[in-house]
This record gives sequence, structure tokens and C-alpha cells, in this order.
Amino acid sequence: MAIAIVLVLVVAGSVLFHVLSPWWFTPIASNWSYIDNTLVITFWITGIVFAAVVLFMAYCIWRFRHREGSKADYEPESGRLEGWLTVVTAIGVAALLAPGLYVWSQFVSVPDDATEVEVVAQQWQWSYRLPGADGKLGTSEARLISPENPLGVNPEDPAGQDDVIIEAADLHLPVDKPVKMLLRSIDVLHDFYVPEFRAKMDMVPGSVTYFWFTPIRTGTFEVLCAELCGIGHGFMRGIVMVDTEEDYQAWLQEQSTFAQLSGTEVGMADGGTKK
Amino acid sequence: MVEFTPRTTDAIPPAEVPDVELYHPHSWWTTYVFSQDAKVIAIQYSSTAMAIGLVALVLSWLMRLQLAFPGTFDFITPEAYYQFVTMHGMIMVVYLLTALFLGGFGNYLIPLMVGARDMAFPYLNMLSYWIYLAAVLVLVASFFAPGGPTGAGWTLYPPQAILGGTPGGQQAGILIMLFSLILFIIGFTMGGLNYVVTVLQGRARGMTLMRMPLTVWGIFTATVMALLAFPALFVAAVMMLFDRLLGTSFFMPALVEMGEQLSYGGGSPILFQHLFWFFGHPEVYIVALPAFGIVSDLISTHARKNIFGYRMMVWAIVAIGALSFIVWAHHMYVSGMHPYFGFFFATTTLIIAVPTAIKVYNWVLTLWRGDIHLTIPMLFALAFIVTFVNGGLTGLFLGNVVVDVPLSDTMFVVAHFHMVMGVAPILVIFGAIYHWYPKITGRMLNEVMGHFHFWVTFIGAYLIFFPMHYVGLVGVPRRYPELGETAFIPESVHTLNEFITIAALVVGFAQLVFLFNLFWSLKNGREAGGNPWRATTLEWQTPTTPPPHGNWGDRLPVVYRWAYDYSVPGAPQDFIAQNDPWPNKPVVHR
Repeated sequence: MAIAIVLVLVVAGSVLFHVLSPWWFTPIASNWSYIDNTLVITFWITGIVFAAVVLFMAYCIWRFRHREGSKADYEPESGRLEGWLTVVTAIGVAALLAPGLYVWSQFVSVPDDATEVEVVAQQWQWSYRLPGADGKLGTSEARLISPENPLGVNPEDPAGQDDVIIEAADLHLPVDKPVKMLLRSIDVLHDFYVPEFRAKMDMVPGSVTYFWFTPIRTGTFEVLCAELCGIGHGFMRGIVMVDTEEDYQAWLQEQSTFAQLSGTEVGMADGGTKK
Repeated sequence: MVEFTPRTTDAIPPAEVPDVELYHPHSWWTTYVFSQDAKVIAIQYSSTAMAIGLVALVLSWLMRLQLAFPGTFDFITPEAYYQFVTMHGMIMVVYLLTALFLGGFGNYLIPLMVGARDMAFPYLNMLSYWIYLAAVLVLVASFFAPGGPTGAGWTLYPPQAILGGTPGGQQAGILIMLFSLILFIIGFTMGGLNYVVTVLQGRARGMTLMRMPLTVWGIFTATVMALLAFPALFVAAVMMLFDRLLGTSFFMPALVEMGEQLSYGGGSPILFQHLFWFFGHPEVYIVALPAFGIVSDLISTHARKNIFGYRMMVWAIVAIGALSFIVWAHHMYVSGMHPYFGFFFATTTLIIAVPTAIKVYNWVLTLWRGDIHLTIPMLFALAFIVTFVNGGLTGLFLGNVVVDVPLSDTMFVVAHFHMVMGVAPILVIFGAIYHWYPKITGRMLNEVMGHFHFWVTFIGAYLIFFPMHYVGLVGVPRRYPELGETAFIPESVHTLNEFITIAALVVGFAQLVFLFNLFWSLKNGREAGGNPWRATTLEWQTPTTPPPHGNWGDRLPVVYRWAYDYSVPGAPQDFIAQNDPWPNKPVVHR
């Protein structure tokens, strides 16, 4: 008997906790409110199923508990009932999957006007590279990494000369402009994770991964590493500032290009000439 | 009430193969230590698994203490924290759950439930245990190795697992872990072949596959899966050993560690993840399917009602087993694999929810119009359904690719998999121990301690893991020894963390009561008799309890019916044993 009451309390407590708890997603700062909506749909469907199953159990336990002289029914199976339950479950699953796959197709389709921004992770810091005036990132390779060339940019590639290098400092992004984050790691797995942007992706040495999003409000956001990368994992933090266009341009003016840093060329971030 | 006519059998043909003589031990050593009796091996497997599980339990306390009170305990450095995380995970998943369900329950129950004298290959079975014990001892040795155990996380992802930035990466830790896993897989393969052959070849006369108890179906299917899945882990472990020791680059691309160019090049870290999860996802069901089977039998027995939809339950087990081999990359949605994989793996993952849901419905429908005895095994079975439904439903969040993106690598994942493959199967293990302890020892476990253990474990575990989902929802990443000053994490999350830790310590304490009960009841438990639960399956029909070596005395049992004839209309009592020929007495040709 106690168990029937406890099961009802588990359902009531879980629902109340969900409704009253102050713990929820951080306020969103990207276009991925679709993801939040899909999650809310999932909460509704799964919540209803959980409550229904557990309350039905509690009812059965109370109604069919052993009493002197009581006897169970003999009922091996019921093809009709099992068939119905299968169909209803399949519909419920499809109702979850359909919006999920629809939003995923948006998640993996990068818009053509997205600006590329490269994030380079290493134990245990974040660096960044912007494409510079030509709008193209130069090629890069782990073998080229040295103290003078910490991101391994190919010095032979003209497209790389005007790339803006931000070593172990904050990244700024202009608001309302879609960005494609190109993710590289030079040592182990990492994961570029800003909770407010919702999107995240592992960074894998030897390949370039990506995701895209559009920042929708200005502000300062914390970057965390979300893939275990050694003892400094929990302390691998960074900052992304989403700026208005003017603030962003002002910040960009102060950054240095690859050419400037490697001493091969003098030029400005916004208009460096090619070698 | 349905119309019911009991089926009669006229004659049982003679056995196809003559009964075999077992190897009979001659000394104390070969009876109790180097025993070939599956029941003794089962107890050895279970005791070893619980002993090493106790280590993992203590590690979880240390982790929780660090998370709730960061900076308070000087000895829990980030290195130590990651070592605790890694060893806790690996021990619980492989060395406790897999070993206990297959090596423990598989060994004890398969021969008894199918009506065999022993496993098909008793010597191999003995060898299986001793290699498992060696694997455990090697694993424990890593605590004493220079640099300590590996801190790579139980997933052991390269490159970090074998590099210097990870505890044990450039020292002995990772080598010992890989070596221990290789031993475990060798030992398991010996046992696993035994379980499969015994189920297929060792069944008593009349025990058709579709008359087997679901416990046997669950363990059998899980074993077949394990035999197919563990080789992937085996090759991954061997390749990683080569990368670490011989300088090969299976998993290692060109990389720069701490400013130094390493000589690796051309390998793929994601290849390891595919191999790992090709093992790792079936592994979830390797633990879950025996639990599904056992809980079906507990519910049926203690509700005095046949399991509802037996045939559907068998096919659901088989379907889940098969499907679980094509869902592995749902652990890798944000791994950087080709994003189009997401469509495929999200679809297969959500499809697997259908047979799983059918199992839940049929458990609950078994309660409908039952005669529910709220014994301790039944309480654990009911608690299992609650936690399994909860954990299964949060799987629909993480399996549905785009919803996984914000939640992956957060505490939501930790909460989900602990609920579904930690708490839920462990509750079944407890229920099963309370259920079968009387057969193993001849005595009942103490009920007062049992009730205390049940209530604290069930409610406590729910209080640990239900709120933890919301910590993840806030965005708190997993595998962080401390959160530090993080703007988006409100102070209240720290308070919640303290609450979770206190609940974890209390639940941990209740397990000590359970262990004490296991020993206390050996001498002081109430005498159980041969069939205290009035159950139908064969293990309760042995001529003596505990069953002797060879199980059945002179004559092997003959099976006349399925395992679920409870409350049959017209029958003299509310259960009919599988070897009871009611309503007539057929001729049995010897």
C-alpha cells in the first residue's frame, strides 16, 4: 500500500519540481529557439507518458493488492490490446522524431551568407582566426605549428596572410550575422560550448568540424569546454562578446593579421595587402 | 474471465541424449575454490563483482563530496577527480553490472531454469571466473601504480587517453586499464559461449524455447549480443595499446602537445569512438535485457499472474537486441562525424523505443487483475519500472539528435544514464537477490533490513538523479571537478549539488545495511523451504535446497508447460510448476 502512495507522490513531486524549479535553460542568445521548442514538446509528451504509466501502476497496486481469498485473472495475451498500444506508441515516437529531424536539417544546412570564424582549441585555451579582408581563411596544418605560428597557418597560402589571429583572447562577433564556426583542435578532443547559443560540436585533431548559428542579442558569454580534454578541462574557459556592428568594427581594428604577427607584411586587419 | 481448457499430454518420448556424469570434486579446494559447479562459480562472480562495486561506490561518494564542497578536500585534486570518474564508470558498467548479470545470475539461473545439471563446459566456466578475477585484480593494481589509474573517462577517448595531459596517459594507468579490459573480454567470452550453448543444447525434455522463463531469454540474448559487441572493444583496446607502446597511429592524427610536435600522423580519433560505441551501446542492453527478463519473472510470480503477452515479450527482447547494434552513433551526435548520420541514428534510436515501451506496458498489464503480494522482490520490481520509464523517456531527449545538441556532455546525460542503466538495473539486481537468496542459501533475507534498504535506495536514488537532470538543463557540463565562477550558473545550483551529495551518501549507507543483511541472514534468516514464493519455474522444484552439484538428483526434470501458469482456473493451487503434468499423468519413457 505504501508503495502505491509513494508512486503517486513521485509523479506529483516530479511534476511540481518541474513547474516550480528555478533551473531551466539559460536565456537563449541565438537563432536556435527551435531546439528549445523541440525540447519543450519532448517534455510534454514524455511527462504525460510518465505520469500515465506510473499512476496506472499505482492504481493497479492499490486495486489488486493481495487480500484474503483474492485470486488473479488468467489472461495470457491480447493481440488487439498489444497491437493498439504498439500503434499509439509508434505515433507518439513519430511526433517526437518529425520535429527533431526537421530542426536537425536546419542545423546542418549552413546559410550561404554565413561568415566563417575558426576556433582553435588546445590544452587548455581557446584561440580564434577570422578570414580578414578577402573573406577567406588560409589553409592550415598541425605540422606548421610553432611558437611563431601558434595556429599552424600556411605561410605559403596568400589567403592566409590577412587572416586575423586572436591568440588566447576574447572573440567578438557581430550581432544578427550568421556565423559558421569552423572548429579545429591541435592536440586532443575539445568541444566549443556556449550554453546561450545552444549549439555545440566536438573539435577533433586532424579534421575540421563545424556548426552555425546567428547571435541574436549582444552580451558577454562564457565559453566552456564540453569534451574531457585532460586535467585542465574544467578550467578551459573563454569569452565570446556579441557586439553591435560599430563595436565589432572598432574591436576588429585593434587586431593583428597573420602577416603582421609573422613580420612578413605591414597592414591593417581590415585592409592588409597580400604578399 | 477467458475460457480455459488445460492441455493434456499423453506421453513423453525418451531423451535424445543420455544424462551425463559430471566431474565430481574430490577435495575442499575443487569443491569451493576451483569449482566447476556453475552455482559456486555464480557466487564467486557475484561476490567479486560486489566487492569491486563497493570500491566504485566509495569513488562515487568522493566525487559527490568534491562536487558539493569544492576545495574542501585537499586530496581530491583534478587529477584524482578524473581518476575517480573513470574508475567508477568502468567498474560499474563492466566489472559490476556485466559480470553480475551474466557471470552471476547467468551461471546460477541458466542451468537450473532450463533443467540442466550444469553448464555445457564446466571447466571453461571455471576458467572464465578466474580470468575475470585476474582482470579485476589488474584493474585494482592501477590504484597502486606510479601515477595512479587512468583519468581518461570511462570512454577512454584518444588522443587524450594516451597523452601526458591526462592522469595515467603517459604512465602505467592507461596500459593497465586496457590490459584489464582485454583480460575481462577473454574471460567473458569463455563464460558467454557456455551460456549460449547451454541454453541451446542443455534444456530438459519439454523445455521448448517458447517455454523458457523470460529471465533465461534476457540473459541468453544479452550474452549473444555481448559475444558480438565485446570484440569491437577488444580491437579498439589492442589498437590503442599499439598507439601508446609501438608508436602506431590508428587513432592518432598529426598533433602538437604542449608546444611539441609528436610523431603521430594520419590516424582517426573518431574511429575509436565508432568502435567504442559499437560495443558501448549494445552494452547498455547487455545490462538491460537480463534486468528485463528477471523483472518479468519477479512481477509475474509476486502478482500471482502470468506475464502478459509472453510471446510479444520474447520478440521484443530479440528486436531490442538486434536494433541495439544499429544505434551506436547516437552517442556521437556532436562528435564531428558526418552530420547526415544524425538522421539515420536518431530514427533507429527512436524506433527502439517501441519494443521497449511494449515491455513496459506488458509489465504494467501483468499487474492488472493480479493478486499483488508486496514482497520485497516485488517492491524492487515496481521501483525498477518507475526508474526505467523515467530514464527511458529522457533517452527520447538525447536520442532525438537536435535536442541532444544542447544537452550532450552536460549533467543531464549523467542523470539520464544513471537512472536508466545504473539505478534501474541495480534495483532489479536487489530484487533478484531478495528473490533467489532463499534458493541459494536456504534462508530468507531479513525483512526489516530489507524494507529499510528498499525505501532508502528507491526514494534516495530518485532524489539524486531526478533533480540532476535540471542541473544539466541549466548547462552545467559533466566531468567538471568544480564549477568555479561561472556567470550562467546560479548559486542555487550549488545548493542543489549539496542536496544531491547528501542523498548519495545516505543511499550509499543503505547499501552497507544490505551487505550486512546478506551475511547476517546466512545464519539468522528464517528457514525458507524449497519454494517460498510458490513459483513455477524449475529452480524452485529441485529435490533439495540449496541444490546440490548436479541440481536434480537421479532424474532430470521433464517440462510440461510454460513458466507462467499462475492462478490457472480449476487448478488445485494458484501456481502449477513447469514440471507438474496437471491435469493428467502422462507416461514418461526413460
